[in-house]
Amino acid sequence: MSYVLAVDQGTTSTRCILFDRRATVVSAVRTEHPQSYPRPGWVEHDAARIWRDLQRLIRKVLADVDPSEVAAIGIANQRETVVLWDRASGVPVAPAIVWQDTRTDVSTIDPDFVRSRTGLPPATYFSATKIQWLLDNGLRDRAERGDVLFGTMDSWLIWNLTGGLHITDVTNASRTMLMNLSTLDWDDELLQLFGIPRVMLPEIRSSSEVYGTAGAVLPGVPIAAAIGDQQAALFGQTCFEPGEAKCTYGTGGFLLMNTGATPVRSGHGLITTVGYRIGDERPVFALEGSIAIAGSLVQWVRDGLGLIGTASEIETLAGSVADNGGCYIVPAFSGLYAPYWHSEARGVIVGLTSYITKGHLARAVLEATGWQTRDVVDAMNADSGLALTALNVDGGMTADNLLMQIVADFLQVPVVRPMVAETVSLGAAYAAGLAVGYWSDLRDLRANRHSAGRWRPTLDSGRREREYARWRRAIDCAVLFSRED
Amino acid sequence: MSHVPGLIQSIERSSAVLRLLAAGPDRLRVKEVADALGLPKSTAHSILRTLEHVGFVEQDTRTARYRLGRGLLDLGSAGIDANELRGRALNWADALASRSGEEVRLGVLDDGRVLVVHHVFRPDDSAQSLDTGVRLPPHATALGKVLLAYSAAAEASVVAGGLEPYTRRTVTDRRALARTLTETRARGWGLSVEEWRPGLAGIAAPVRTSGGLVVGAVGIAGPVERLTDTRRLARPALVDHVVAAARSISRDVAGS
Repeated sequence: MSYVLAVDQGTTSTRCILFDRRATVVSAVRTEHPQSYPRPGWVEHDAARIWRDLQRLIRKVLADVDPSEVAAIGIANQRETVVLWDRASGVPVAPAIVWQDTRTDVSTIDPDFVRSRTGLPPATYFSATKIQWLLDNGLRDRAERGDVLFGTMDSWLIWNLTGGLHITDVTNASRTMLMNLSTLDWDDELLQLFGIPRVMLPEIRSSSEVYGTAGAVLPGVPIAAAIGDQQAALFGQTCFEPGEAKCTYGTGGFLLMNTGATPVRSGHGLITTVGYRIGDERPVFALEGSIAIAGSLVQWVRDGLGLIGTASEIETLAGSVADNGGCYIVPAFSGLYAPYWHSEARGVIVGLTSYITKGHLARAVLEATGWQTRDVVDAMNADSGLALTALNVDGGMTADNLLMQIVADFLQVPVVRPMVAETVSLGAAYAAGLAVGYWSDLRDLRANRHSAGRWRPTLDSGRREREYARWRRAIDCAVLFSRED
Repeated sequence: MSHVPGLIQSIERSSAVLRLLAAGPDRLRVKEVADALGLPKSTAHSILRTLEHVGFVEQDTRTARYRLGRGLLDLGSAGIDANELRGRALNWADALASRSGEEVRLGVLDDGRVLVVHHVFRPDDSAQSLDTGVRLPPHATALGKVLLAYSAAAEASVVAGGLEPYTRRTVTDRRALARTLTETRARGWGLSVEEWRPGLAGIAAPVRTSGGLVVGAVGIAGPVERLTDTRRLARPALVDHVVAAARSISRDVAGS
């Protein structure tokens, strides 16, 4: 057996990557799928199209490889997105509602109750209210008869790959707002609250075990992993010890910290989630915090202000000055998230003088991502009682060396970029490979880990804390400015 | 349309498009350009799209009208931002480090030196530090030889500045350097063996943007015994990895 096949079914694209035992990318293919915005706030995907894409991609990535050389398939997927399909025909009964979709409402839901059961603050983001919306719009009877099934993208793809196995993994289930974090099973009271019949839900399995074998596309190959994409990145970055964390920098940022065998309840509004579960071992939990605006702030500087021609030029511009000149940008474009939680706050640029140039603004843009990372890490350290010792990074913005140095300076820990950039796919491959013995254990996986770059903190602590105090005052300004008249 | 035989018609037409756009403050539609020059609309469109691709014109996304691009303002620069180059090279450079087992650097010419714009660690988990931003001597490194091989002006200026010896193998004679650069151009990759630091060798290849313009060099560096054979010649398998990575990065850069 030579390879493990990873599927990364993401929000904008699906990719298939073949890894060898040393975790080297042997072959990689990807295709984008359309985003449908039928009304303001609505975001939909065509699940049938995504399944067709996947079949084509699997054939393409295996063009020069015999299926018998594939030891296992692992699936990582966009989380929370809801697919409902007909049990008999296997055809989706409605467009898939994507995690970004805000058509539903959670204002009447008791936040303490939901948080105590699921570890999640009620939000339209999670699956529960999306399923509820679809049932309320004409599918309830069929669902109660057991004719309509629910799944996140992992379930939908596994159903199709196996020809009718209806399962999900515990990381995906932990994002539905329907799973009890203590029992790791569907919670009857939550099901009742959202009016969701249990019969339509998949069975919850671990993230790494042989669920079944693939049919026609890859005859006989075991399907051995399913894991939410951000958790897959945590696993792919080999953050196996409590206190180890990764941050994926894209349009926003997703920071996950391994907190070990017990779920840590956050006092700062972070999300408690399952990190991964290998076979029948105890689940490993994680704290998750997101940075709402990171790369999208750079996009705004490019498209909204026209200060740069490409996103990479932000670094060139920021590198033209030695510091921020006293200028700070709080990118609260749609409110402030963890640990502040002011949904009404709006962005501010403060500290302007005639001395400030676009170089200083560019610097403040990168620093805003650095400080937001620091805010989330501080909250995680406080909640978990663990102290972050290094931050593992991935995602497109890791190409920005100045940003990585800023993050290291602001966190005062080294920032490490791994050699394999495709950490989501690698995590899915690792989980699948473990289940079939392609890799023997976590130490075996760790041995594959090599850093491609490492940034050490160099900023002196006095200056860092003065700067941080100013960032906090800038945050106060954002909150103050949006106070109702 | 007059056209002098022996001259390239599409370049004449492209120049006319640029003069037309430069003539007035207004942004122009494809049809206006086609009408003004007496060209079929499809031809005008192809010319505008090509000029947009190389950065000489820009299209307003809302009105679909064209104007002169920022690329014309800094014709003297390389045409690609160093940080943009790193972003495009990132995955390929990682793969090169992973396949070759050696550290990888991406360099551009800057003021007569090789400026390291990207550095990937050797994948052996030994203690290493990033040397992005470091400047290397062009005549003594593989990256530098590649960059000089495709820039006669840079070669002249480096020679004029004096070829400083770093080891006893450093090429310090201008004619010897010229021979090395000719050889580098002929085979399409550069080599330096203990010319900068004793015990170290480097293999590098050019990164080209559209039209073949060399905008950078990517290469590996490591101990002489790993990069070369007993006759101090570059190991062919490593050369293949370096050249393939440079081609992939070039495709990415040229396609942008």
